[in-house]
Order: sequence, then structure tokens, then C-alpha cells
Amino acid sequence: MKCQQCEKPATFHITELTGEKPHELHLCEQCAQTYLSQNPSGGMPIQPSLAGMLHQQLKVTDTAKELAKLDEQACPICGITFYEFRNQGRLGCPHDYTCFGSELDPLIVNIHGDNIHAGKHPKHHRQTSQQQTQLIQLHNDMKVAIEKEDYERASQIRDEIRKIEEGQE
Amino acid sequence: MRGSGPESDIVISSRIRLARNLAEFPFIRRCASQDRKSIEKMVHDRLQAIPGFNTLYYLRVDELAHVDRQFLTERQLISREHAEAEGARSVAIDNDERLSVMINEEDHLRIQVMKSGLDLTSAWNQINEVDDQLESKLSYAFHERLGYLTACPTNVGTGMRVSVMLHLPALVITNQIEKVFRSLQKINLAVRGLYGEGSQAMGDFYQISNQITLGKSEEELIGQVSGVVPMIIEYERKARDFLITQNREDLHDKISRAYGILCTAQTISSEETMHLLSSVRMGVNLGLIDDLAISDINKLFVETQPAHLQKLRGNELDTAGRNIERALYLRRYLQDRGKEHRDERN
Ligand SMILES: [Zn+2]
Ligand SMILES: [Zn+2]
Repeated sequence: MKCQQCEKPATFHITELTGEKPHELHLCEQCAQTYLSQNPSGGMPIQPSLAGMLHQQLKVTDTAKELAKLDEQACPICGITFYEFRNQGRLGCPHDYTCFGSELDPLIVNIHGDNIHAGKHPKHHRQTSQQQTQLIQLHNDMKVAIEKEDYERASQIRDEIRKIEEGQE
Repeated sequence: MRGSGPESDIVISSRIRLARNLAEFPFIRRCASQDRKSIEKMVHDRLQAIPGFNTLYYLRVDELAHVDRQFLTERQLISREHAEAEGARSVAIDNDERLSVMINEEDHLRIQVMKSGLDLTSAWNQINEVDDQLESKLSYAFHERLGYLTACPTNVGTGMRVSVMLHLPALVITNQIEKVFRSLQKINLAVRGLYGEGSQAMGDFYQISNQITLGKSEEELIGQVSGVVPMIIEYERKARDFLITQNREDLHDKISRAYGILCTAQTISSEETMHLLSSVRMGVNLGLIDDLAISDINKLFVETQPAHLQKLRGNELDTAGRNIERALYLRRYLQDRGKEHRDERN
């Protein structure tokens, strides 16, 4: 479904309950933010936009120059820049939680009121976050090796992946 | 939904979904099309290796016709995003359509269990078990402090969204719905209206779900949602009592007229159908209509949706064609059902 205000996909579905009967709005994240900021008391408050929250948080903590520098920062594993994350509201890989940690952590507290998981843990889980990052890296390397038709290297990498997955060394 | 299960006069369904990602791949947005294919294949293969999972229906969503994808969305087996996305993606569905596993949605895996009525406990028991089984075959992206890692930070931690779909016509008529919502938001619960074709409102259905996913256990999050539902049910019942004692004739008239239109219309939009079915549903609950069951109405809500009508008819229909087909379907169904009930009584 497209945003009612622009061409982007609508990700916010707002039900307005102030009028005589409920009124529906379908907006993208940006238009929803604009809409909600124009209607501070009216309507149903919904989950605030991620981009909006980050924007606010960054405004108070960083100068324009620092922000520009931050925007250029990229994840060494998946290549996503902080700017791309800020714009799309979606992360590129599990490692982003570590490499953008100092910016993400306050955002996570903002959203959830907490930053420590209290729920279930995978029963068979054997890897640390670091090993998981290594897994993605090895996977990328294997793809490159296969592209280069270096099958010996690819099979070495496959063994390394298997070792980590099976929880050995 | 079957119209069965606890509190099914007001609670349509209970649903839990878990977002999970594989440790060895980037999140979907950063996946090359080759990666998406590998994930799709790998999850498919490993799913099939789990006892009990080899009987799942397995559908490649990207290879389905538009109407079939829409059909799955209307049955709430896949999300609208999953239906419309690009690249290799699929869904595994169990026999009774209660469990579905979307592969390559926003996260690598979106596991969903849906139950009729208010039944979050059994939904949780089932999904927890499915999650454990999947996890024995797959390495999930998991962080020691942050829990299950997801593409969007709004899902991190448990990756769990608990939702309950409620039918609240009397709170809408008595203008109390807003008040209820405001109090829900204060305790971190999200409320959403439902939509039919395009952006048309779907009557008086509202979905309540948890907003936060981190810092509380799954049981606590479920408790938060299931704790408020009985209060909302109570408000809705009180509002219905009020309407029927204060204004029985008007209410009965409104409901009977709605039923009458559904039984006789020659062309009818999705929006009007939803609206009228909502009134009739309340009428059945209040005993003002006695030749239909709640399960009939729930069935009609699902089967009068666009893709369902086109599947039934066996060919594509434009909006005007669907409106005629919808009216025809409603007339036939309600006549047959009404006749059966009258026969049973005689
Ligand atoms: Zn927009
Ligand atoms: Zn990354």
C-alpha cells in the first residue's frame, strides 16, 4: 500500500478517533511523523517513528559536524552506513548492534525502556556475538572464493563455519 | 476464525509471532538475491528435517500469482509486506492454518501461531515449542545482552509480538472506544484499527498488541496483553447491556436492517459488507438474530474479501465485478443458512 501523501510504501496505519467516526490514514514513516507532530493532542498517539526518535536523540547529543561523520560510519560486515540505517530504520546485519552500539543503545532504551533481555535463550546456542560476526564474515569470504572458483579455499572456509556452528573451538 | 474458543463473542483471535534471524547472514535488506535464495533453501531443507514439519504446506510466495498471494494475506497467513516484496521468499503453513512460518520477510524467519478466541497461553506453548525445534536446526542471531537480534530495533529482545483481535461495536456506538485506547497506551500497548480493501475501514475490529519487546520475559509480555483483555470485554459487555436496555428498538432495528441489506443487496462493497456484518455479529451475540451463528459471520468476513471472491469465481474480477459477486455470495449463503436454521426449529 502506498503512502497517502507520497509515493513511498505506507508503514504507518493510523486510526483517528477524534471525529464522529474513526478515520484511517496510511502513511510512510516520514509523513506519519509530520502528521503526528502537527496533531500533538488530536488523534491516537501511535508508536513514535524510529527515524524521528533517532533524529531527536542525535540533535541533543551531536553537532552537525559530528553527525555528518557519524552518518559516514559503515559496518565492516554488511557495509550499511549509519545514514542508511537512519533513513530506512532497518539494520543491515546482527553486527550493527555492536558497531553502532553507542548510538543504538540510547535508542533502544528510548523504545523499550530497557536494554537487557529478560526472555528466553536459545537452548542450543553456543556462539558468542563475536563468533556470529565471524560467521557472516566467513560466509562472505566463501562467496568470494566460489566466485573465483577457488574451491579449495571455499571448502576450508566451509569447515571453519561448521566448526563454529557445532560449537567447537 | 472458527468463532470458538474462550470469549469468542468479543475476542476474534489471539496471535503470537516471533522474529528470528540466522546468525550467518546479513538481514534481508542487505542480502543479495543469491543470499536470499540460499536462506530460503536452507530453512526449507531444515524445516523438513524436523519431525512433524514435513507435513507443512510449503509455498514459494514469489512464484505465486498475485491473487494467490492476496488470498494468503486475507487468511492472515502472510503479511501484506511479504505478499508484495521482491526476491526469493516463502511460507510454510500447517494443516489447520494455525501455524505459519514466513521465510525472508523483514526478518529471515517470522513464526506465527493464531488461535480462535482468547487463548494466548496455548498459542505461546505451541510457538515456543516450534521455536525450540527450529533453533535446534538453525543458528539464530542472538546477543548475550540484547537477546534475539532483529532487522528493526523495535523488535529486538524477545522478537515477540502478542496480539488480540477484538470486536467492539458497542464501545464504538457509545463513543467510549477512544477512552479505552488512551488508557491502553498509557500501559505501553498499541491499538490498531483493521482495514479492508484499499484503505476502507473494516467495521469495529481492533487489534491490541505489546509495544515493547525487550526487558520483559515472554510470559510477562503475554500477561500484559491478556491482563487487560478481560477489562475491555467487560466494558464492551456493559456498553451492549446499556444499548439494549436503553434503546432496544433502535438497536434491533439497526441490526435487522443490516441483516436485510446483506440478504438482498445486488451489489455491495467490501467496506459496507464489513460494516453491516459487524452489526449482525453483535445481533447474533445479543440474541436479536437467531438463525445465524458467530462462526457463520466470521466465515463471511473472510470469504467476502477480494481474493477469496475471485478464487471462488475462478477468474479475475474488477471492483464492480467483485461487488456483484460479493452480493451474490452473501445472498446465497444467508438464504441457505437461514433455511437450515428454520428447518432445525420445525
Ligand atoms: Zn509519505
Ligand atoms: Zn552490518
